[in-house]
Amino acid sequence: MKKKGLYLFYFVFYIIITCNSYAIEPDVFVQSTVNRASQTLSKDISKKEKMLELQKLAKDTVDIKGIGFYTLGKYRKEITEQQKKKYSNLFESYFLKSFSSRLSEYSNPKINVVSKDKKNEKYTIVSSILVATKDRPEIKIDWRIYTKNPEKPLIRDLIIEGLSLARTQKEEFASIIKSNDGQIDALFENLQKFIDE
Amino acid sequence: MKKTLSILLVSFLIIGNFSKSNAEEVKDCFEGLNRATFAFNQGLDKAIVEPVSKGYRKLPMPIRKGTSNVLSNLSNLVTIPNNVLQGDLKAAGLNTARLSINTTIGIFGIFDVAQQMGLVKDYKKEDYGQTLGKWGVGEGCYLVLPILGPSTARDTIGTLTSFLGGDPWYNITVKNDTQYFKDSDYYVSKGTDGINFRSKNIEAFDNLEKNSMDFYASVRSLYLQDRKQKIHNSSKITNTQDDSDWDDLQSN
Repeated sequence: MKKKGLYLFYFVFYIIITCNSYAIEPDVFVQSTVNRASQTLSKDISKKEKMLELQKLAKDTVDIKGIGFYTLGKYRKEITEQQKKKYSNLFESYFLKSFSSRLSEYSNPKINVVSKDKKNEKYTIVSSILVATKDRPEIKIDWRIYTKNPEKPLIRDLIIEGLSLARTQKEEFASIIKSNDGQIDALFENLQKFIDE
Repeated sequence: MKKTLSILLVSFLIIGNFSKSNAEEVKDCFEGLNRATFAFNQGLDKAIVEPVSKGYRKLPMPIRKGTSNVLSNLSNLVTIPNNVLQGDLKAAGLNTARLSINTTIGIFGIFDVAQQMGLVKDYKKEDYGQTLGKWGVGEGCYLVLPILGPSTARDTIGTLTSFLGGDPWYNITVKNDTQYFKDSDYYVSKGTDGINFRSKNIEAFDNLEKNSMDFYASVRSLYLQDRKQKIHNSSKITNTQDDSDWDDLQSN
């Protein structure tokens, strides 16, 4: 009886371990993320509710902290720990608002994943197509997926028709800081203003 | 006129600093003036271009498709010489064949007959700015031109090259007095090209403007990335974007 119990214990333990250690393929991850977003957008709920659901999706699937520090560029090495903390919080609010606002304009976009290209252990580029509508042509979207933890891949950049959103954001932030004599606080003020609007 | 253009070219060469630069560096030498021109262009867009583009979008799909095809066909006149200048003779041959077939059998390019005949469309527009880039000329200072929009010193020279004889369509409509075409044919085609482009990007532009804290800087970044990509004819730049930039970052 004791032996039987032990076997059962090992079996359950094995199941739990294997279930929790599956690596998620980046292309499957992107397609499922897109499907989740698509489901939300086609729901018959208010725009505000859609935005809240999209924000939850972004928190699960996007490396907001990583993108935030990337977009800070050279300035991330020049600021204090306290400023970093403040920036991380501001950036997350800014990103979630901007992300959900951009996406909620679309009604049920259809995105098909077409291929993946593993760059190295940490990155895979997943290529997809946003299907054309009568008002706009087909759009090629590449996803830069951070796979350092293969069980929890994260989106780090969207490259739309070859144009990187993270890079655009980085240059926008740099421009704001530069036109304010290198003052990082100017960026904080702009982020806060955007969040409050 | 020629003297003025020469002075302009020399000025760009002096001011522009055409040497190859760090890909990350944005050389916005005339930012104040550029921002003012950008604001002017924005005003023009809001007052004229955007409303016309919205109206254009209401036209039946076959008309828009046909117009888009004609404009794309016409752009071959600049693309083909640039294919040759860039040493891409295969593309030059394919584009010449497509231009000949579509202009004649396809009625000025309204119908893409060449594609149905097996000449597959993998068309990439080329211009003199791209050719200069391919030859190793750096982009120089970023510029915003009135009405024409974002450019660089190198791309402006490319545009001037078109006006100085590099664009056969300009030559037969505006530059030379032929009995077949009028000046207005050129300007109408260019205007329609702009409206056609704008109509395909109404939501994207609105979205970008709404979600930008510095719209000018966002447009500048997108323009410069787009030009780099077009010069290399691939998305190689963004794909291989320096990974070390991301390496030391803390993640979620």
